[in-house]
Amino acid sequence: MAATVLTITSGKGGVGKTTTTANLAVALAMDGKKVVCIDGDIGLRNLDVILGLENRIVYDLVDVVEGRCRLRQAMIRDKRLPELYLIPAAQTRDKNAVSPSDMVHLCDELRADFDWILIDSPAGIERGFRNAIAPADLVAVVTNPEISAVRDADRIIGLIEAEEKGPSRLIINRLNPMLVKRGDMMTADDVLELLAIELLGIVPEDEHVVMGSNRGQPVAMDEKSRAGEAFHNISRRLNGEDVPLMNLEVKNDFFSRLSRIIRSGGNQA
Amino acid sequence: MSGWLEWLTGQKGRSADSAKERLKLVLINDRTDLPPAQMEALKNEILEVISRYIEIDPTSVSITMSQEGREQRLLADIPLKSIQQRKRGRDY
Repeated sequence: MAATVLTITSGKGGVGKTTTTANLAVALAMDGKKVVCIDGDIGLRNLDVILGLENRIVYDLVDVVEGRCRLRQAMIRDKRLPELYLIPAAQTRDKNAVSPSDMVHLCDELRADFDWILIDSPAGIERGFRNAIAPADLVAVVTNPEISAVRDADRIIGLIEAEEKGPSRLIINRLNPMLVKRGDMMTADDVLELLAIELLGIVPEDEHVVMGSNRGQPVAMDEKSRAGEAFHNISRRLNGEDVPLMNLEVKNDFFSRLSRIIRSGGNQA
Repeated sequence: MSGWLEWLTGQKGRSADSAKERLKLVLINDRTDLPPAQMEALKNEILEVISRYIEIDPTSVSITMSQEGREQRLLADIPLKSIQQRKRGRDY
């Protein structure tokens, strides 16, 4: 086995990097791949709670780098999916505790035993981001169809190119088909035209994402969720399958809107 | 009342269009590291240099930034005044 290192980054915070990392890790593992994900957000770790593995942490990334434990000791095995592992970030240290070359060495040690190594990058363009992209073979940029997220994505795409880690591939997260239909959210095509990079997938806004996070069960484990389906599609594309984009069209005639209002108890159109 | 009409017809101001237009300009500035005021100064200097050699019509000049993939390109369309136009200019 020779793993591919996939770094998930975004520039802007809060667009869904950690959720994307967790769900791609789950989807890849469900597809039978051996996956390890690394939380690169030192000091603000979250991948553990999204994956529901927070109670099992003994050692973390900084312990490995500073030699307080062996790499295997810091790897938490997900009992639901035996081929999924997490290396958590340290919570009480800062990003300077790890260097880009530490990350390269760490991934080189892991490559032989896995199909995929996923790195969840912190927001921003500083040390944590540089650590996260240093070992990357492939970079996925996560954005939302919103003005600030797209602007920051453009900046990060430029930096990835400058580090010769490009071309990066785009994940448009939290697309709301209702707002798109109404003309109040940019379409995926608008975002692609502006950023001019290859599309890896579109994930629709879906309340199951929050519900899954609440329980520590990423939506990719939920077969009924649209977002979960989108993450599975991305996972299959990463493995070289040609998977068409999901149909996210919404009907917006009078009766469809009325039925949505009735379903949501009149809270939201 | 207009709120009801919007609701019934599903029509509203398309804010997505403003987002896209504004982003286009912002990304040009971000990618070239050239703020709008500097861009204006650049245009004026280009015109000044060219008019030192040939006569141009400053009102029909267009200098814009265009995007091709992730490459930025400065496009200048500078119509030159023909001899006839120049002569006419002198006559009046």
